[in-house]
This record gives sequence, C-alpha cells and structure tokens, in this order.
Amino acid sequence: MNALELEGVRKSFGRNEVLRGIDLAVAEHEVVCLIGASGSGKSTLLRCINLTEPVDAGRIVVEGSEITARGVNVNRVRRRIGIVFQAYNLFPHMSVLRNVTLAPRTVLNRPRAQTEKQALELLRRFGLEDKAGEFPDRLSGGQQQRVAIVRALAMDPDLMLLDEVTSALDPELVAEVLGVIRELAAGGMTMLIATHEMSFAREIADRVCFLEAGVILEQGSPAEIFSAPRELRTQQFLQRIVAAGRM
Amino acid sequence: MALEGDRRAGPEVAPDPAERRSRILGLGGSGRRGVAVAVTSTIVVFALLALVITHSSGWPEVKKTFFDWSEFKASFPEIARAFLLNVKIFCIAEVLILVFALLLAVVRSLPGPVFFPLRALAIVYADFFRGVPTILVIAVLGFGAPALELRHLPTSTTFWGIVALTLVYSAYVSEVYRAGIESVHPSQEAAARSLGLSRGATLRYVILPQAVRRVVPPLLNDFIGLQKDTALVGTLGAIEAFNQAQIDTDATFNYTPYLAAALLFVAITIPLARFTDWLIARDRRRRQGGGVA
Repeated sequence: MNALELEGVRKSFGRNEVLRGIDLAVAEHEVVCLIGASGSGKSTLLRCINLTEPVDAGRIVVEGSEITARGVNVNRVRRRIGIVFQAYNLFPHMSVLRNVTLAPRTVLNRPRAQTEKQALELLRRFGLEDKAGEFPDRLSGGQQQRVAIVRALAMDPDLMLLDEVTSALDPELVAEVLGVIRELAAGGMTMLIATHEMSFAREIADRVCFLEAGVILEQGSPAEIFSAPRELRTQQFLQRIVAAGRM
Repeated sequence: MALEGDRRAGPEVAPDPAERRSRILGLGGSGRRGVAVAVTSTIVVFALLALVITHSSGWPEVKKTFFDWSEFKASFPEIARAFLLNVKIFCIAEVLILVFALLLAVVRSLPGPVFFPLRALAIVYADFFRGVPTILVIAVLGFGAPALELRHLPTSTTFWGIVALTLVYSAYVSEVYRAGIESVHPSQEAAARSLGLSRGATLRYVILPQAVRRVVPPLLNDFIGLQKDTALVGTLGAIEAFNQAQIDTDATFNYTPYLAAALLFVAITIPLARFTDWLIARDRRRRQGGGVA
C-alpha cells in the first residue's frame, strides 16, 4: 500500500488554475522531492494534501483511506500528516517545549509528563535540548526551523510535508536544517519535499518530480532528472538553476 | 508579522533602560545635559503659570472656593468612604466586561454563513452601545428596569448601574479584542490547524493569548474611562464619590470636595497605568530575554 496517492488533483484560485491534474504515488519510506519554478504549484499541492486548501477535483488517499471524501474529519487527517512551512510559524508566546507539546497534549490528550519527555527526546535528537525553555524570538532562523520540524514530529506523523523549509534562511543556516531532514530520511520517514536546493534534492530524494504549470511534467530518479532530463522545459529550468549558481 | 520570513538570526539588542526612558519622556538623546535642560524649562514654565494664576484678580475667591484646606480635611473622609462604592462598581464591572466582551469578539470572528445571524447581532450590539451616551443607558436601566418589578432581580441602583456600564463598555472592549484577534497573522492559525488543533483549540491556545497580550494598553485605556464613568451611577442616587462631593458642596457652597473626589479618581488610575506598563515590560522580557519556561 502506498503512503500517499494523488489522482487527478485540481485546484484553482479564482480563474487561476494552479493544479491541473496531479497524479502521484508515494511509497512507504520514500522521499520525493518536488522541484519547479515559483508558481508551478509545489506549495499549493502540499497545502492540498494537508487539507489547508480544499481540492476542486481529484482524490487524495493517505495510507489507504481517502481524505478528500465527504465528511472526513480534517483534524484527524492532519494529525497523521506533518507539515513544515517556509516561515517556521512557531507560536511566539510559548516556550520551545510548549510549542512542541501543545498538539500532543490538546489533540491527542496525552498526559503532560509523557509529552514533555517525548519532546525533550526529540529536541535532544536534533541538538536543541538546551533551547527547551527559550522563546522562539531568541532563536536563530535555523534553530526555529528545526523546532518547527520537531513540533510536527511530536505528533508521530505517517507522512511529512516540507514546504521550502530552507528558503527563508541565511545561507550559513541552511546546512543544519538539511541535516535534520537527512536524519529523518535515514530513519525511514516518508516525505514529500518542495525545495529549491537542487544538490540536496539530488542527494536525498528517491524520486524527483518536476512541476510545470500545475502538472508533473517529468519524474524519475535524481540521476535521470538531473543528468539526463527528457523534457525541454526541465532542461531549461535546470540550466537556469545552474546559471544562478545554485547547483 | 508580515516580515516573519525576514526575522532570521539572533535577538535584537535592547536599548539601555535609562536611554529608553529618556526617549519616552522626549528628553533627547544627550543624557545628563538633556535632563538638566528639561528640568529647568519645566520649572520655568510652571513658575510662570503659577505667577499668572495667583496674580489674577479673581484668584483669592477661586482659592477660597476650590482650594480650601479645612474644607478638604472635613469632607475627604466621607468622600473616600463613598469612593469605595466606585471601586466596587468598577471592579465587578471590569470582570464582567472582560468575559462578556471576549464572548462578543469571538462570536464576531466565527466563520461561515451559518453564523451570520450571530455575527450580525454582535455587530448591531457594538454599534448600538457605542453610539448611545452612557448616561442614557444608565438612566434607562436604572430607573426603568426596577420598575418592571422582575422577580429574583435586585432593584438596587448599584446593581443596575453595573449592568449598564457592563453593557456599554463591553461594546468598546469587544472591538479592542477583535482588533487583537485580527492582528494575529493567519499563518499562526494555519500552523495550529496543520497540527490537528480544532478551530476552538486554535483560538484558545494560539490566537487569543497573542491577541490579548497585544491589546492590554488599549484595554487599560477603556478601563480608565470606565473608572471615571462610575461617577455616572451617582445620577441614579447611589452615594458614590461624586454624589457625596455634590452633597457636601450643596451644604457649604464650597467646591473643594470636588477636588477631593478628583484626587481619588486620579489616585486609582495612575497605579493602574504603571501596573500595565510593568505587565507589558515583563512579557517582553520573557519572550526576548530568554530564560525560564
């Protein structure tokens, strides 16, 4: 059974059709990177899978159950799908520890001691244990983004969606966040990653999908996509990336 | 919040407290010399003002009717006792307003067409009670409601005065809350919902705590207004500070008791203002000064 299946997913904002029929299957433990120009629909696709945006047509199936069916409890779906945003979106009025334990405590009704123990373990795993009592404003961007990833992990998701999680970071802070994602992949986490970090995608992805104007124009192993892209559009996109010195 | 993506590295350097204070008071950045100039000019201005007033032809008469020390001493204890009623009124009203206004603001932020009637009701409420003069609401409720002879409800003027003030000030305070709720960036709600929090839990744990923190200063502003408006309950006959002062002046034809009442009102609002400043500063320290959870 696939961890995630998309069939003919369509989404428009007004007259602007952002997703024009996306078909994609992600296997358990697979890491899929979405690449493509800004506006190609990467972020919208992730937001649809998280049900932040309702789809106009098509089906999304997570672990065998359709989440786009009528009457589905969106809160239940979101518990199983972790999402991390470009701008971290930590809760500024809560300590790091509270940021991480909020959802397990209020959504899963786990006892406080248990959630704190789990949170501290996760923070330790990602080198953030000494930040547990800090408030987000005191942390660097890289630290904040790592906390955001830990916050999503605390819900034990089946699937993680990462939406350009390094795009808001200073270059010297990117590596620490990529290190966290690398560790997640090594741990077998199923991930769908929208990214502009081509060399990282090449290194970490099992499969790379190139999005263009709301469809997956080409997909394949990193070697196929980056070394021998078949589509002209993919070639042009990668040439621009190389010219910009980003690969 | 719109700049969230740009807020990258470490904390900003907080300005030195003394420097910040001098900036707040508008003393200019030049430290001790700036303070000296400010003090001198203040003394000069006030000395001139005092000179002009005390040398005006009507001054002896004004002094006798408004600043009579023996009158002050004689009337102050009773006015202070009456002022306790003002304190009681605004203490009870403030608690009720905090709860009721929050309810109104939350109702107004409910999404979707289903809740339209409730939203509309909240809007009409806020518009109406902000538009009607407080003294009219107090008069209508204070004289009208007891006349209904409703069972199980008190008929005391204090009770209806509190109800009237709560109705009027909840309209203002709900708008303050609403501004706070709307100032929290939508990405905060998105983050909370993406973790599986329900709309209610998101409001309770993520939106409202941030909203309320931001609106503490305007909230206090409304409460200062409320504290002064407790004097309007005196129009119903309740013996609060202003009414007591009026009784005293009517008896002696000396207006010094008004001064005594005024001082009492001021004496209670100033500590409240400083307390709020302290609350805000403490919150900022906690969020940016790091340290304990």
